[in-house]
Amino acid sequence: MTLNIFYLLSFLLIFFALLVVFSKNPVHSVLYLILTFFAIGGHYVLLNAEFLAIVNVIVYAGAIMVLFLHVIMFLNLNQEAEPHKSNLLKFAATISAGLLLIVLIGALKGTSLLTPGANNSVSVGDVKTLGKVLFSEFLLPFEVSSILLLAAMVGAVMLGKPEKNQSTK
Amino acid sequence: MKTAQGIPIDYYVWLSAALFTIGVLGVLYRRNAIIVFMCIELMLNAVNLLLVTFSNYFGDASGQVFVFFIMAVAAAEVAVGLAILIVMYRNTKTTDINILNKLKW
Repeated sequence: MTLNIFYLLSFLLIFFALLVVFSKNPVHSVLYLILTFFAIGGHYVLLNAEFLAIVNVIVYAGAIMVLFLHVIMFLNLNQEAEPHKSNLLKFAATISAGLLLIVLIGALKGTSLLTPGANNSVSVGDVKTLGKVLFSEFLLPFEVSSILLLAAMVGAVMLGKPEKNQSTK
Repeated sequence: MKTAQGIPIDYYVWLSAALFTIGVLGVLYRRNAIIVFMCIELMLNAVNLLLVTFSNYFGDASGQVFVFFIMAVAAAEVAVGLAILIVMYRNTKTTDINILNKLKW
């Protein structure tokens, strides 16, 4: 039963991810990417990481994708205005990606995994455990990431501001 | 060799490899800079999925905390990247990445 759910979610994940790459309209790409993130959230639920699944849906499918959609509509890219690459370049891109997949499979094929510790069956995905680890062991990285987000916000506002000499012309 | 739910861990490794490859394919295949950004997000999510898988496999919460940090970095990256993209669009009226070849030697 669980394996069937895994197969279904994996199929949806790969299918929507391919549609992100190959759909002509950028708005459709964004919508398919949201569906991809929902499929990944389903995988997180399957892996007992419920809190991460919720955060994934809220942050990725909610906030980040709204940002993408906003920029696409802001730039008015909702029609096919993109000049396409030549067929040779597309062919080369597909071949390179296929070769990368072969290399990844070949590199990972013969590896053996470490045996898990004694606490394999303990659920670690709940809010309580994650919060304890985040605010004790990873407190410094947490604070540093808040500085990173602040810097990113300042940078985005600075970049997005209209330039002075442009507006006076 | 199985997660707590009885799914072989190899399956997740292959799934993440496939998802990462689709992201790489998108970066190489498309010319629209916004789509390239979205494919980078796909690659980040492939890594996130693998981190959560091994976190589940070893019963260690650190992997899931790393996923939090990756999400924070991805949010910062997207905010700055899209701001750069808007500036680029303002100057060139296109989001085609092949226009940006002024720094090429």
